[in-house]
Amino acid sequence: MVSYFNNPSAIRALVRDEAVHRDVYVSPEIFDLEMTQLWRNTWIYVGHDSQIPSPGDYFTTNIALQPVILLRDNSGQIRVLMNRCAHKGAKLVSAPHGHCEAGLLRCPYHGWTYRLDGSIRTIPMKGGYDATGLAASDSAKGIVSLPNVAVYRGFVFARLAAEGPGFEEYFGDALTSIDNMVDRSPEGRLEVAGGVLRYMHDCNWKMFVENLNDTMHPMVAHESAAGTAKKLWEGKPENEPKPMAIEQFLPFVNGYEFFDKMGVRIYENGHSYTGVKYSIHSAYSAISDYEQMMEKAYGPERARAILGEVRHNTVYYPSLTIKGAIQAIRVARPIAYNRTLIESWTFRLAGAPDRLLQRTVMYSRLINAPTSVVGHDDRHCYRAIQDGLETDGNAWVSLHRNWSPSEKQHIAGDYNGTSEVSMRGQFRAWSRFMTSGMTDRAA
Amino acid sequence: MKAEGTTDARLVEFVYDEARLIDEKRFDEWYELFAVDGYYWMPLTRDQPDGVNFTSLFYEDRFLLKVRIERLKSPRSFSQQPASFCQHILQRPTVEEADAARRRWVLRTPFIYVETQMDTQLVLAGVTRLHLVEQSGQLRIRLKKVDLINCDAAFPSIQLFP
Repeated sequence: MVSYFNNPSAIRALVRDEAVHRDVYVSPEIFDLEMTQLWRNTWIYVGHDSQIPSPGDYFTTNIALQPVILLRDNSGQIRVLMNRCAHKGAKLVSAPHGHCEAGLLRCPYHGWTYRLDGSIRTIPMKGGYDATGLAASDSAKGIVSLPNVAVYRGFVFARLAAEGPGFEEYFGDALTSIDNMVDRSPEGRLEVAGGVLRYMHDCNWKMFVENLNDTMHPMVAHESAAGTAKKLWEGKPENEPKPMAIEQFLPFVNGYEFFDKMGVRIYENGHSYTGVKYSIHSAYSAISDYEQMMEKAYGPERARAILGEVRHNTVYYPSLTIKGAIQAIRVARPIAYNRTLIESWTFRLAGAPDRLLQRTVMYSRLINAPTSVVGHDDRHCYRAIQDGLETDGNAWVSLHRNWSPSEKQHIAGDYNGTSEVSMRGQFRAWSRFMTSGMTDRAA
Repeated sequence: MKAEGTTDARLVEFVYDEARLIDEKRFDEWYELFAVDGYYWMPLTRDQPDGVNFTSLFYEDRFLLKVRIERLKSPRSFSQQPASFCQHILQRPTVEEADAARRRWVLRTPFIYVETQMDTQLVLAGVTRLHLVEQSGQLRIRLKKVDLINCDAAFPSIQLFP
């Protein structure tokens, strides 16, 4: 069997223009390399600044399986610290979030303490380290504070690799989806609210990320959920106001043409969004007072432009997917080649009516929860792919839909919504960031 | 607390019967136990004040419950191939609140719930509170609130009704 370690040409050979080799999903070695290459070389979503409003507040998560602390230091600066004591390596904090007492991080094992910039403040019985060489070692530097951290309108990203594309260069105009989400607040500010749903998936992380801009599946996979809701609603009189839940379910069984015409926009580096012209969120009922609040904040023309942009899913490859139109995000946290944690976070638009938070909270519950009838069928299909790709006979996964040779030169641009171009774009980036900086052992 | 206005035995029997209808997958009959404005609620956090401003695992009115139940009958409920089964193990229910005048009671029942699908088995535990009301002589569920002890855990699919 081929080994992909330090074998960039073998890795590149897994990605064709219009197909990918099954090993990208089922090879544990490829998964390990994704964590040490792709997820190191790219900008990964860490958390949101509203989760750590005051100095000393922290939130813990991981980047590419490495535990990190998102923290606001005493100067108010946001930092991402490796969650590892400089001494024996114990995780310094284990709670999902909290506050550093007395402005210090303190190891639960031997009591080494650190300032919030990661530097060592005290070591018990410090004399025991005199003339031992500790002072010249990495341990004396304290906790590693990641140098490559970017806060974009409240969204915190980090890149583990020392070298690589800058934040704005990496995401480019894909950042306009975050802009639109934040601009939907009359105060131009978001706050994490409503709790986090944590849904464990028994599949590769890419099946989830690819699915976000796969518009050929909803009417098939979600027929039993959204189709049932539609059938139950059909008997209702014309003038009966549609409950929010019905408005949220029904578009999932819209026809192919609806999804094809909504369009998909592709950016470099694997980013994309569906819903260039409209989306499944476009026909939601207006929420009273909200439009007036927006007009007051931005002026009528700008307010209309912000609210008229109703994108479906935007993928910030590889870790973050957002729904700006309803202020919900889903974060992929890979665990193993066949195991992925999906977190669904919701946001309050600062200065907007509560009804908007209530809408996103309902959507998240109905569509993204471990209890969601929509989520159940998605997860079933991902698992079915994971199992199905163990079969021999055809080692390739087809991504041919609407492929055209013109993509070879230039993939960024607008396409019909049911094209698989977003996945082709993702794998183009995958191939590049999997192999960048990799030594070729054959060379 | 004693159940004023009715007998403990009648209320307790209702609690056991409610769980049994789910375990036997008699979902249409189970649905009929809910009052027209009844809710089935499984919060996402401890001490969660409501299901409207905060995400829940379940926060379902009768319409959403109906969607769920009818979906389970669909041959295209792919996640139900193979089908899931479940079993509630209930501790003795106690009457937590009683309002004889308004014919309302709250029953508290610690439980263990097992949901299986072929080779996978999910075990949940917690406390259920059934808020009951008597309407035309029949007990109905105003609210079934299920507080999981690990409501903040990452879960796989939960497909039936804890």
